[in-house]
Amino acid sequence: MTASIATNQTILVVGGGIAGMTAALEAAECGKQVILVEKSPTLGGRTSMLYRYFPKMCFPTCGLEINLRRLRGNPNVRVMTMTEVAAVSGSRGDYNVTLKVKPRYVNENCTACGDCGKAVSAEVPNVANYGLNKIKAAYLPHAMAYPQRFVIDPSIVGTPEGEAAKAACKFGAVDLGMQEETIEIKAGSVVWATGWRPYDANKIQPYGYDRYANVITSLEFERLCDPQGPTGGKVLRPSDGKEAKNIAFIQCAGSRDENHLRHCSRICCMATLKQTQYVREAAGEDAKSTVYYIDIRVIDRLEDFYQNVQKDPNVSFVKSKVARIALNEANNSPILHGVDTEGYHRYATEHDLVVLAVGMEPEVVGVKLPEDIVLDSSNFIEGSKSGGMFGAGSAASPLDVNRSVQSATAAAMRSVQVIHKTASTEAA
Amino acid sequence: MTTAMTTANANEAAVAKYKNNFLKEVEATVEEGHWVKMCMQCGVCAGSCPFGPHWEHSPQKIFMMIRAGKREEVLKSDAMWMCTSCYNCMVRCPRQLPITHIMHGLANYSYRLGLSPKGQPNQAIAKLFWDSALKYGRVNELKFSLAMYFRDGFVQGVKNALAMQGVGLGLVKAGRLNPMEIISGHTCKDTSGIHKMIAKAREIEDRRRGLA
Ligand SMILES: Cc1cc2nc3c(=O)[nH]c(=O)nc-3n(C[C@H](O)[C@H](O)[C@H](O)COP(=O)(O)OP(=O)(O)OC[C@H]3O[C@@H](n4cnc5c(N)ncnc54)[C@H](O)[C@@H]3O)c2cc1C
Ligand code: SF4
Ligand code: SF4
Repeated sequence: MTASIATNQTILVVGGGIAGMTAALEAAECGKQVILVEKSPTLGGRTSMLYRYFPKMCFPTCGLEINLRRLRGNPNVRVMTMTEVAAVSGSRGDYNVTLKVKPRYVNENCTACGDCGKAVSAEVPNVANYGLNKIKAAYLPHAMAYPQRFVIDPSIVGTPEGEAAKAACKFGAVDLGMQEETIEIKAGSVVWATGWRPYDANKIQPYGYDRYANVITSLEFERLCDPQGPTGGKVLRPSDGKEAKNIAFIQCAGSRDENHLRHCSRICCMATLKQTQYVREAAGEDAKSTVYYIDIRVIDRLEDFYQNVQKDPNVSFVKSKVARIALNEANNSPILHGVDTEGYHRYATEHDLVVLAVGMEPEVVGVKLPEDIVLDSSNFIEGSKSGGMFGAGSAASPLDVNRSVQSATAAAMRSVQVIHKTASTEAA
Repeated sequence: MTTAMTTANANEAAVAKYKNNFLKEVEATVEEGHWVKMCMQCGVCAGSCPFGPHWEHSPQKIFMMIRAGKREEVLKSDAMWMCTSCYNCMVRCPRQLPITHIMHGLANYSYRLGLSPKGQPNQAIAKLFWDSALKYGRVNELKFSLAMYFRDGFVQGVKNALAMQGVGLGLVKAGRLNPMEIISGHTCKDTSGIHKMIAKAREIEDRRRGLA
């Protein structure tokens, strides 16, 4: 199918996280036509899966709400969810893009009333909670999902469960006959805001993420602390459901390591400092956090945050990269082994729960990108040879929300320039 | 062939040449020594070493001591001699320093300067092994083992040999140890060629390291 929804004056933004939404909105507010494609069923990206975000400890719903309001009020942006870029050819000012749209099995009649979900009993892993719990196979991705439209998981299509969902919908929104579609569009410039994914903790063998229930990732920890998460905001040990009071954070888990990710992921020190404050919030005065680190890397005004955490008597810091984790078989508590750099003391310290501050890896690792794209040595997107494609947000570099937004605004600006140039050459 | 300096002279010459910059000295004279400055003091090697609790200076500490100019302490340390070449540290080092090789390089350098700890058992074994390889072009395992057993005198040697009897017999059965080696002991085809080759290699190496 060829859609005439775009011309070479259109800016294509790939990825609907905070960076993609920002780039799309900034360009659209300059009067440009924008197509924003997102592979998951909702906009928001990984920010919406955080409990709170530094430096101000706001809830992600807040920032998301502002952007969604801008989006609803702007006819220049066309949002396509469940859509991925399959191929890009051409060059600056004149790209041909193939998009693949996966079936949602729910059309725009959906009011998000939830009747289909009630009618279904099958469950699938809940992606919004990093698979820590399950969700009905007819679901709204999360409370702030945009569009506010249910999704039917493909696993129940063609089963009585699927039919039950269809029968339950009063608005005729469930359409089990939907097929994957391929759409060809044109674009003058492309912004890649495809974001990041957590480094696979299983690969860090000495830490035993694959073997020990009470070794979890920082992303899973965000979900445990969130009242909307699988434990209702309680920090419970996966092994026995007991409250964790003595929590270790291991920095640079997979980052700054030539055997894993060679870059510093930049946000994980701040993320851990933030998470020590979740611990205090969840378990009060008798909860202890211990941060094992090589160096704490926080920059400019975030230093304040660090200094405040340093003053917290319930948080202690050990300058050491943990060498390995063993298990106390009696209570399933992880025992951290290593040597500290301030005095070279050997330690073997037991904790209730260990949080690995895993690194950020570009989400596009393993994805076939257009040949024109220029990547750095860690596969972050630097730009493109002909200057028509740009990286934005954490697809371009490991960045926090604030800096992702800055980077996205810069990318939007450059895209607008490309479109202007294209328009003026065509007019001449 | 240039005759090598006496060890005492070599040590003095190195001190004079590199003044107080021990890091520079290590970079120039120790195998893989140029990697030392890449260490970020994370501690993974120290915590990964199976011998860790039994020696005073972990690789992490040694590398910091080198940078801090603790020349005597480093070169006289027994740490490098304790390394069993398990490579645990090396495969885990986030900076990919060839730690095991640096440790051996340091051991060798300290030995050449005559600073290595006297009577350190691993050093003695290494020397026996090397001497055997040098002399015959291959290691005569029987003579090597016996030399080790009898290092501390005849009585202790017999005791050692008896204690290791089972292992020895196992090796004989498996064809790994030939009792006849004690009489003849086979060598390689051209031992004098090997001697020349090694002498030349040593000459080149010594020149490079400023030990010639
Ligand atoms: C443990 C942890 C805690 C954090 N806490 C904070 C914090 O408190 N404060 C803070 O400022 N930052 C925090 N961060 C960083 C924050 O998560 C990122 O800055 C933010 O997610 C970057 O947004 P983004 O839009 O660049 O990427 P993402 O949020 O990853 O969004 C990318 C989007 O692109 C989509 N996508 C990917 N590939 C494709 C494709 N091929 N086609 C179409 N769509 C695609 C994805 O589905 C996703 O929706 C934290 C990070 C971690 C790891
Ligand atoms: S931000 Fe901190 S934890 Fe993350 S990689 Fe850099 S130094 Fe390590
Ligand atoms: S593991 Fe590597 S970087 Fe870390 S202290 Fe040891 S040598 Fe240095």
